[in-house]
Amino acid sequence: MEQPDQPLFALFLQQQPQLQQAAEAVAAANQWQDKYRLLMQAGKLLPQLPPQWQQDAARVSGCESAVWLYHLQQQQRHLYLADSDARVVRGLIALLLAGINNASATELAAFSAETYFAHLGLAGQLSPSRSNGLYAIVDMMKNLSK
Amino acid sequence: MSRSPIRQQFPILNQMMGSYPLCYLDNAATSQKPERVIQAMDDYYRRYNANVHRGSYQLSATATSAFEAVRRQLQQFIHAAHPQEVIFTHGTTEALNLLAYGLNKHIKPGDRILVDSTAHHANLVPWQQLAQRCGAELIAIPLTDELRLDRQALRTLLQQPTRLVALNHVSNVLGTVNDIAALAQEIRAAGAICVVDGAQAIGHLPVDVQQLGCDFYAFSGHKMYGPTGVGVLWGRLPLLATLEPMLTGGEMIKTVSFTQTEFGELPFRLEAGTPPIAEVIGLGAAIDFLNSVDRNNAQQQEQQLLQQLQQQLAALPGITLYGAHADNRGAIAFNLAGEHHQDVGILLDQQGVAIRCGHHCAMPLMDAMGLKGCCRVSLGIYSNADDITRFIQALRTTITLLTGE
Ligand SMILES: Cc1ncc(COP(=O)(O)O)c(C=O)c1O
Repeated sequence: MEQPDQPLFALFLQQQPQLQQAAEAVAAANQWQDKYRLLMQAGKLLPQLPPQWQQDAARVSGCESAVWLYHLQQQQRHLYLADSDARVVRGLIALLLAGINNASATELAAFSAETYFAHLGLAGQLSPSRSNGLYAIVDMMKNLSK
Repeated sequence: MSRSPIRQQFPILNQMMGSYPLCYLDNAATSQKPERVIQAMDDYYRRYNANVHRGSYQLSATATSAFEAVRRQLQQFIHAAHPQEVIFTHGTTEALNLLAYGLNKHIKPGDRILVDSTAHHANLVPWQQLAQRCGAELIAIPLTDELRLDRQALRTLLQQPTRLVALNHVSNVLGTVNDIAALAQEIRAAGAICVVDGAQAIGHLPVDVQQLGCDFYAFSGHKMYGPTGVGVLWGRLPLLATLEPMLTGGEMIKTVSFTQTEFGELPFRLEAGTPPIAEVIGLGAAIDFLNSVDRNNAQQQEQQLLQQLQQQLAALPGITLYGAHADNRGAIAFNLAGEHHQDVGILLDQQGVAIRCGHHCAMPLMDAMGLKGCCRVSLGIYSNADDITRFIQALRTTITLLTGE
């Protein structure tokens, strides 16, 4: 499969501080409306994946919406590019990247998506039975890093 | 609003989803079960669980009587000519697969099989497989701009020799209804076998196979307030008798030796293996339930609700309805402009509203509509004005969240 070049990964990574801030805001929100509004706003912080990279070969299966995922290893760090055509899923991806983009293999192995999304108050979205595919995305990220 | 006696019979509907009461509008996927269905299955396991058709003892005789009584109940329910015309399956999917396999010897290379463009995959893939096995040609029956079956196009297609036509009775996505009585007459007059997928009709319309006039009719128990794991294939006896059994083994046999096997009589020759006994008994209780309510009245009310819902939905900003007609049953398909159907589903779910968002196992229909998917809201016999109000309110909140800044 063809891969985007390093600069695009770097572009996604530039947003890391804002994404982490957004994640904290989501965690702090009490009302579900606020949580999901902030979550979708977090999604807007992600750069759009250029159309040429929205290729079927990069799609994560098990998601009702289209989700594309790429991985690049750079100096012991794992960089990810991901996008979706659905707002909530894009938001969930943004939060996930806030948690694990640019992580080392050890950090990735130690990362518990369950704990992370529970902290965000979004535990319900992380289940293999959910068609949002978050579970499959996490799985795929970990697999790509191996 | 006060709870109607019908609604009271469904224990699951009293549930809270977080801080919102459950608003269950995914009845096209599966309907909820009344207390008496749950009890009938419980009772079977507690009091007379035994395998059917084989015991020489009382318990098995009780189970067999209860099991076979449901076959006769179903015969009456759909007005079949004989109880042997009612074949128990695990659902519509198995019924149609069993039928498509059973027709192997009927289909010759070059034969034409026509399939409804709204067909659920369960009423498409088995025919596609049959066509591939037998070298037949599979042809889609086009839809009109209103997303109804194009009768003129079907007529034209039927001018060439056709072996089989597979129709949807009610579309699980759009809720559109085919006039089976009229279609079946034309199809059979053209010398083709007429197969109808009744999965979405059985819970929403009176089904009388004599009046419909088709050759085969398939449906699932779980979409008519019965349990999962049981369904029915109905067929005209002479045709049914010519089906090659898909499954062989257990009770379907007359004599077996290592050199040959003689299959038994209908219905058993098409019901190999231990059937879903508790589920069949549960289905019997579902029919009791349906017979206990004024179904004409209930179905009329349900249709009025559907029409109200169509109107209220159409009045919301950015909502597009698909194939929404006043004579539809059960379901409404829609999208919110510029938004992904899944986002709508997730945000409704936060408010206790259960609807389905996706391709609804009808990918060719999605292609024909030029959609990746859509949202579908679907009603049941217990749906009421409260459900509609709650759903519309939740959808307004969803629209604000998705489109507001
Ligand atoms: C029109 C239609 N046909 C077939 C099926 C398949 O039914 P089952 O899954 O019960 O076999 C469904 C269920 O969604 C349906 O709506």
